[in-house]
Amino acid sequence: MSSPGDSRRTIARRRETALFLLAVPALLLLGIIFAWPVLRLLAMSVEDGTLANFEKATLDELYLYVLFDSVKIAAMVMAICLVVAYPVAFWLSRAGRWGVALGMFALLLPFWTSVLVRTYAWLVLLGRNGVVNRWLRDAGLIEAPLPLLHNTSGVLIGMVHVLLPYMVFPIYASLLRIDPDLSRAAEGLGAPAWRSFLRVTFPLSLPGVSAGCALVFVLSLGFFITPALLGGGRVIMVSMLIEQQVREFLDWPFAAALSTVLLVATLAIYALIGRITRGARHA
Amino acid sequence: MELSVKGIVRRFGQVVALGGVDLDVAEGEFLTILGPSGSGKTTLLKTVAGFEIPDEGRVLLGGEDVTLAPPRRRDVGMVFQNYALFPHMSVAQNVAFPLEMRRRPREEIARRVAEALRLVELEGYGERLPRQLSGGQQQRVALARAIVFGPRLLLLDEPFGALDRKLREALQLEVRRLQRRLRLTTLFITHDQEEALIMSDRIAVMDKGRIEQVGPPGDLYARPATRFVADFLGESNLLDGAARNRSASIPGFGAVPLPAGQPDGPVTLLLRPEALRVAADAAAMPCRGQGRVVETVFLGQSAKLRLALDGGGEVLARLSLRPSDPPPAREGETVAIGFAPEDLHVVPRG
Repeated sequence: MSSPGDSRRTIARRRETALFLLAVPALLLLGIIFAWPVLRLLAMSVEDGTLANFEKATLDELYLYVLFDSVKIAAMVMAICLVVAYPVAFWLSRAGRWGVALGMFALLLPFWTSVLVRTYAWLVLLGRNGVVNRWLRDAGLIEAPLPLLHNTSGVLIGMVHVLLPYMVFPIYASLLRIDPDLSRAAEGLGAPAWRSFLRVTFPLSLPGVSAGCALVFVLSLGFFITPALLGGGRVIMVSMLIEQQVREFLDWPFAAALSTVLLVATLAIYALIGRITRGARHA
Repeated sequence: MELSVKGIVRRFGQVVALGGVDLDVAEGEFLTILGPSGSGKTTLLKTVAGFEIPDEGRVLLGGEDVTLAPPRRRDVGMVFQNYALFPHMSVAQNVAFPLEMRRRPREEIARRVAEALRLVELEGYGERLPRQLSGGQQQRVALARAIVFGPRLLLLDEPFGALDRKLREALQLEVRRLQRRLRLTTLFITHDQEEALIMSDRIAVMDKGRIEQVGPPGDLYARPATRFVADFLGESNLLDGAARNRSASIPGFGAVPLPAGQPDGPVTLLLRPEALRVAADAAAMPCRGQGRVVETVFLGQSAKLRLALDGGGEVLARLSLRPSDPPPAREGETVAIGFAPEDLHVVPRG
């Protein structure tokens, strides 16, 4: 309670403090289960007092190759997701009530199924004698089965499937925020539909594109289950490498160094995506 | 006629949004479509702009049938209700947009953008983003963007709604001056009757998907053709009575003379509040009655009185006031009420 001696500013400050206190449990939890382990990890990677683990992680050709490959796969997943998701989001943003309900159902359905189950389902679908290959053969489109499993294609298909909603939703949300009168105005002022899209709608949806790309990229880079199962050991992502260091070689310090490199790479690319889309918006 | 709308019908399921609308706007004319929300005025505007395709009827622009033409082929400049400025483009880029879409040379674009910004008194604001401008300034940018390419027709969709009163009045006059100077054929949509009276050469009053009456503001105000127009445009007292032998008996006022040629039967008479006089002023009036003051509202330059007539029913009187005048009447007081018969208007379709 406020006593007569309290200044008005003190009372105002107390209200802000009360609000902050409500956020404290969540902040503490994040601090304990996230920030602290990350710091421990960092400490572990330099346990022996040298940067030898980092040297190995960033200079050794093998590990560099895996890191580069992971970035490449994440970038491909991101690009495919973007190309596939944008039209879906665009249609959703202009669909009627039933269209939106149907689209949302289709997009959210995968969330109710575990990633593991979905990935095993892809194993059934994409195998040499899987559903996809059988259909294509029956339709006379191919003669020999396509290699869809245990290679990059399989990994990409599986990852795009899992991550697509993460691209659709931010783009959909940003498209919804655009005043529909803007594209009407553009058309009324003489723009054909495609120019109205390129000059008005697309630039204004870039915040969503950027958020979706960052989300999908970051999730892809650390992806484990899907590439491990669908890649059949031929596609190695950094996360798999880290797991291998811990499980097989019990080399915790090196795994920690790899994790740190992954974290830094993720943050760097995240910042880069933000910068590119911001630049594009004001171009 | 620069714009001709002929027999436009638009249905949405069972709802008839436009039930056969005919309208002509002459070159350089400022025509206002005035109607309550749901009257179909926005659907009509969208049909003219090309965002709606009518079920029946035709839209002609400068004699050319554009009923099925897409918006970009109509050369119509439109100012949207919320301006619809492109938020990621500067003021100059916004204004340049229609010229770019028409692939004008770069020097011409620069020259015409500067010219348009000068017309709306926004020189030097070209580099700003719309969100860095006030509501009134944004509105002017929208106007500049709509006229910069020399459109055949300017459409204004309730563009003053979001502005505060003072600014709204200033902009209304500014837009009208600009429209007259450039002789822009203009179709203006509003639900605000005062705004319609201030700005228009002619007003078309719409209700339930139909145009009730078209005419100059003064005509519509003094001689409304329908009960709806009489009621919607300005404040009104609508008195129902029976006509016999060129006079009508109205409850509370007795018999009042009617113009020649008025057939016998029920009539609706319009009496504007400013035609009424009360208390001492009423004595000189040929038609007189009596009533009790139910409510008085002080409005500065005038006062509004709601009066319960002795013969039953209520009327509204508006009395102009000079600063030195005492209050015209107190609530609860019984006063004489009078008017001159020439201020009565027989509403043809009461």
